Amino acid sequence: MEVAEVEAEVEKKATATRSRLIVRLAALLVSHSTLVSVVCCLAGLIALLVLPLLAKNTYISENALLPGSANPVLSYQHVTQANNLIMDIMSIADDKQAPDIEIPKLIAKYMEILGAETYHHKFSQPQNQFHPLYFFSSSPNSPPTLANLSYGTSTVGIIRAPRGDGKEAIVLVSPYNTQNAGGIDASASASSIGLAFSVFSLLSRATWLAKDIIWVASDSRFGDHTSVSAWLNDYHNPNFIGDASSTRIFKRAGTMACGIVFKVVEKERREKYEDRDVVTLYAEASNGQMPNLDLLNVVHYLAVHRQGIRVRIGMFGGLVKSHLVRVLGEVMQQVGRFARSLNPDWRFEMPSSEYVEGTATLASSIYSQALGVPTGPHGAFRDYQVDAVTLELSPRFSLKNEHTRLAFLLKGGRLIEGTVRSVNNLLEKFHQSFFLYFLTAPNKFVSVGVYMIPFAFLVAPLPIIAASLFNLTSNRNPWRWLHTAKPLLITHTWSVVVTLLPFYISKISDLPSTHCMLTWAGGSLMALVILYIVFGSPYSKHVEWRLLKAVMIASVSIGLCLMSIINFATAQIGALFVVPMCLFALPIRVKTNNSLIRSMVMTCNLVMAVLGFPVTAVALMQGVIKGFGTVSILEFWDSMKFLWGWNSATYLYLVLVHLPCWLLFLHILFHPCR
Amino acid sequence: MASHTFLSLLLFYLYSFHLLRPIYCSFGSNGFETTSVPKEEEFSEELLLKPLPDYKVLAHFHFTSTSPPSSSNGKHHHLFPKSIAQLVKKYKIRELELSFTQGRWNYDRWGASDPLSTANGKPPGVELWALFDIPTKEEIDATWRNLTHSLSGLFCASINFLESSTSYSAPLWGFLPNNGDLRYGALPREAVCTENLTPWLKLLPCRDKAGIASLLDRPSIYRGHYHSQRLKLRSDGLNGIVIEQTLSVVLQPIDRTSWSMHQLFKKSLTGKCALAKSSKVFLEIEGNLVSQNENILELVGEADMVTNDQRDHSTIYQYNVERYSEHEALDIRVNWKKLLQVSFLQAPLHASRFLMGSGNERGSIAISLQSARNSTKGLYDNSKNCFTRVVIFQVVPWYVKVYYHTLRIYVDGAIRDAKDVVEKINVAPSEDKVSPGTLEMMLQFPCGMMSAALTLDFDKGFLHIDEYPPDANQGFDIPSALVSFPDFISRRIYPDSISSPLLQSYKGRNIVKSYTEVLLVPLTTPDFSMPYNVITFTCTVLALYFGSMVNVLRRRVSEEERLAKSKDKRKPGLIPLLISKISNKVRGIKEDSANQSQSSQPILGPKVVFKVVLIALIAVLGHYIFNSS
Repeated sequence: MEVAEVEAEVEKKATATRSRLIVRLAALLVSHSTLVSVVCCLAGLIALLVLPLLAKNTYISENALLPGSANPVLSYQHVTQANNLIMDIMSIADDKQAPDIEIPKLIAKYMEILGAETYHHKFSQPQNQFHPLYFFSSSPNSPPTLANLSYGTSTVGIIRAPRGDGKEAIVLVSPYNTQNAGGIDASASASSIGLAFSVFSLLSRATWLAKDIIWVASDSRFGDHTSVSAWLNDYHNPNFIGDASSTRIFKRAGTMACGIVFKVVEKERREKYEDRDVVTLYAEASNGQMPNLDLLNVVHYLAVHRQGIRVRIGMFGGLVKSHLVRVLGEVMQQVGRFARSLNPDWRFEMPSSEYVEGTATLASSIYSQALGVPTGPHGAFRDYQVDAVTLELSPRFSLKNEHTRLAFLLKGGRLIEGTVRSVNNLLEKFHQSFFLYFLTAPNKFVSVGVYMIPFAFLVAPLPIIAASLFNLTSNRNPWRWLHTAKPLLITHTWSVVVTLLPFYISKISDLPSTHCMLTWAGGSLMALVILYIVFGSPYSKHVEWRLLKAVMIASVSIGLCLMSIINFATAQIGALFVVPMCLFALPIRVKTNNSLIRSMVMTCNLVMAVLGFPVTAVALMQGVIKGFGTVSILEFWDSMKFLWGWNSATYLYLVLVHLPCWLLFLHILFHPCR
Repeated sequence: MASHTFLSLLLFYLYSFHLLRPIYCSFGSNGFETTSVPKEEEFSEELLLKPLPDYKVLAHFHFTSTSPPSSSNGKHHHLFPKSIAQLVKKYKIRELELSFTQGRWNYDRWGASDPLSTANGKPPGVELWALFDIPTKEEIDATWRNLTHSLSGLFCASINFLESSTSYSAPLWGFLPNNGDLRYGALPREAVCTENLTPWLKLLPCRDKAGIASLLDRPSIYRGHYHSQRLKLRSDGLNGIVIEQTLSVVLQPIDRTSWSMHQLFKKSLTGKCALAKSSKVFLEIEGNLVSQNENILELVGEADMVTNDQRDHSTIYQYNVERYSEHEALDIRVNWKKLLQVSFLQAPLHASRFLMGSGNERGSIAISLQSARNSTKGLYDNSKNCFTRVVIFQVVPWYVKVYYHTLRIYVDGAIRDAKDVVEKINVAPSEDKVSPGTLEMMLQFPCGMMSAALTLDFDKGFLHIDEYPPDANQGFDIPSALVSFPDFISRRIYPDSISSPLLQSYKGRNIVKSYTEVLLVPLTTPDFSMPYNVITFTCTVLALYFGSMVNVLRRRVSEEERLAKSKDKRKPGLIPLLISKISNKVRGIKEDSANQSQSSQPILGPKVVFKVVLIALIAVLGHYIFNSS
């Protein structure tokens, strides 16, 4: 802002002295701030909508991976062995005689026959305690309390590479649920184990292995993620104090090169007829981290071009049916056609149906990254800088039939074998391809260089507007913004208090979430009132609304830029909410000449005051994505609990950036305008 | 060729009269096999086959060459490799061991405390240590550097990387007790292949053309699960130079239950190397495989001699290769009658080492020791005065900055004060880019202990750009640590009736030891593929930002105005006036245009916009028509 002020003075007395080009350009931008901001915002929105058109086809960047260069050798022999294991598991599950003890024993027995080193890993459900200080650090290393009765047992088997040096390992994870062993998806759950076993039995005889293989048959009674993350935590941060028997049996196999999680899911109700087996990829880890794109590419290549399996990734079905998106798709198609007729080299024409699907997939990709919550057990690996992906295989035919099951196991097993073989070929860790990307289709991606453009356009007008507002104020004192810093400080102090309140509320046990929510709201209000009593009203006579707005915009742009480094997708979605709020903010009592524009701006302001409130903003976001029928504002506490349970930085963004922005917006709205 | 063989045979028979002397033994202090003092150079070849409990087979080739201290032939050698003799003479080597290993010795399944596995277990890659007969430290270091280069040339390996002072260390007692004249270095990443085997075979008098070495069919030995090729030499005034060349491979027979030598090596043994004094094949069967139940194993092929060791740990079947010829090749066949899970002699504690923590900043090295017994009873008894001593020797590269004061020792799940457990410790902290960190530690654990763990925290250092290896992205290796148990001696004493250098070496006081895994530390690695992009981008941004920032901060507008005014008042000199006039003329146009652009708001009226849009439309239409026509 000092820059702007100096520039303004320079401009006023510009006749005598010549200023430099860059300063003059900046001055030009500031003087046309309204035009610039409108153009930038529109450009940002259009760039966001055009993203599916700009997606590139994926390609395997690391040559060493050599996917599909070796013929798969997984044979019917391996699959029949695996089928025996499946039958055994099913019979144990049917007996209902403590399957949670018997199934791990059975798996361990089968592993030992293959000559693998085997052990059981016991873990209990972690207390999902919110602790603000542990937000970005790894989870606190508290001694596991196996005292409570319920604990899960994962079975781990390790194959040592015959001639390897044991420095690296590939981890295969197959979740299964012992609690629900007799349930409807029992055959699918057992099939995941069978699939892993068929690959494991092949690898135990493989002479080409360079990295050790760890198979974790993880007990998913507390969710798929819990068991994997507990095992990984014990792998990386063992606890030597206390009961030594668990650390005694724990075996390791070097640094992890890659994690592959796979589970078989049998879809009961089929929306449409599938002509192929389907594998769904889940890649998003905590706080928008993604595995290296090469890992996804390898799986996609092997599935589509070798095994003939269809690959899917997350997509919002609601958006495909949305009329707005369809119309957009048509428009894009027409524009593309027109552009191509102008110049045949401009080939960004895309069929509207493809655009619609790309948009729905992109939205899902952005949303899952923005949420900052891992979409599967692979997220636990990413916390330890290990690339991992979850494959959800769903068969075309029922698994109850033995023939179709064997054929399915063979296909899925060969896919996993090929992936393991590719990773095994890798001499270095994954580094060649992208880590920052959105997917618009299983084989199409938008890289960081492209998807940064809309965000940059959205954020660019903020400093310009701030500078121009600063120039427009009547006060000429260069330190005049200091007075407005006080309300800003109060607001941010308040937001920190609001952030920490849930920690104390969650300590009071047995409160229903509605009560928690109300306590939180009440506590926050009280904190705000106390802060105002202590520091005085925000509307002192030095606080001009323009200055207040300038300061608010400056703080918000800093917050957005910081968030874009931590989790880009959150900042992207956040910018869509926050930037209009920053640009349109206008006091109700301000006097303007044009009453039409004023009334329009006021309507926008009031709508934004409602929609910009974090609670409604989150509900709106969820409504757009999942349909409005399921959304309730009272669920805000639960969704926030969900966020901090996963250590998602989105929670911090909502409370530390979005909430103060909204409060300052209200301050401006009700500014007395003396 | 045949005449040559015949000649050498003749020579051998002539000399063999001198060799028929009683052999008297004395035990060496450092685990070396003891020999008589021969007058002439000798060579003997042996092969030991041993079925392992997991149905694999260990084949251990053992070649011994000796050279008397004062050769009657002067500088010339008859059987002994000249290159090695020169090496010993030039670098004044007292002892040296060089090993090339691929794969890991499985201490759990293949045995850890018998002499064979104690000698066989070597860390992956290259390990070299040497004892010099040189007084000063500087000279030893210089000699070591020369030695690494010589060996590197001799064995076609990158042993010369051990030349740098960052890669070798001088342990005092953790590896082998010495007076500071030992140097130790390891290269965990060195790949081992036939190019290392060929020069090694060249040291043998018959190479792999005849005798036991002819079994070394490359595809079959490199297919094995473990492959360790070693050269060990010792020289002193009394015995002259003795070199032991050993090659251990662990092979997986195609049929688990039945294998024969021919199946394993795809070659048959048709006779001995004519220059060898003795040529024998042994089959060693661990005691608990035979004595329990005679019916577990069945041997096909009649042995020349069957003996047990003193304590009945194992049975040795001896086959003299001399008896066999091309018509009747030696082919030992073993059939397992029953599939059993037998465990071999375990080391008192099973050692494993792993990394803790994640991220690019810091981590910890942990060494965990676990009692081999699975019962709740500890090592031997729980009495208070019983202690097991464990020696840990570990070399850590400098870029893994270990904080030795963070040593924490956990015994049976409780943290213990280091004073209670550590008996002796010697730490040589690493020096950046100069020397690696060396830790030698003697620990005392109560015998009843079930498990212990040691952790050491470290920071990951930054490397200079030219210190990164080409494949820096995999990570950096920490060489294996050596865990040895000085209270446990692995030895087997066989009756004197078998005269074999290999079995003689079993009699020595070999301390039970095991190597841990190599660790892979991921360090921060710059993205070498795009330094140009990064440099240009950051430089541009920084220049723009700092340039404008400094400009704004430094400038005082009012001052400048005042100066400009005073300048106007002051009469300039003739030349400056001329310059300013000329420059004003040049600038005048620019200034006008700049003023125009600055005051372009009124000019950018609807008329101009309309004109621009009109021209653009005409251009687009023209393009469209031109393209469509």
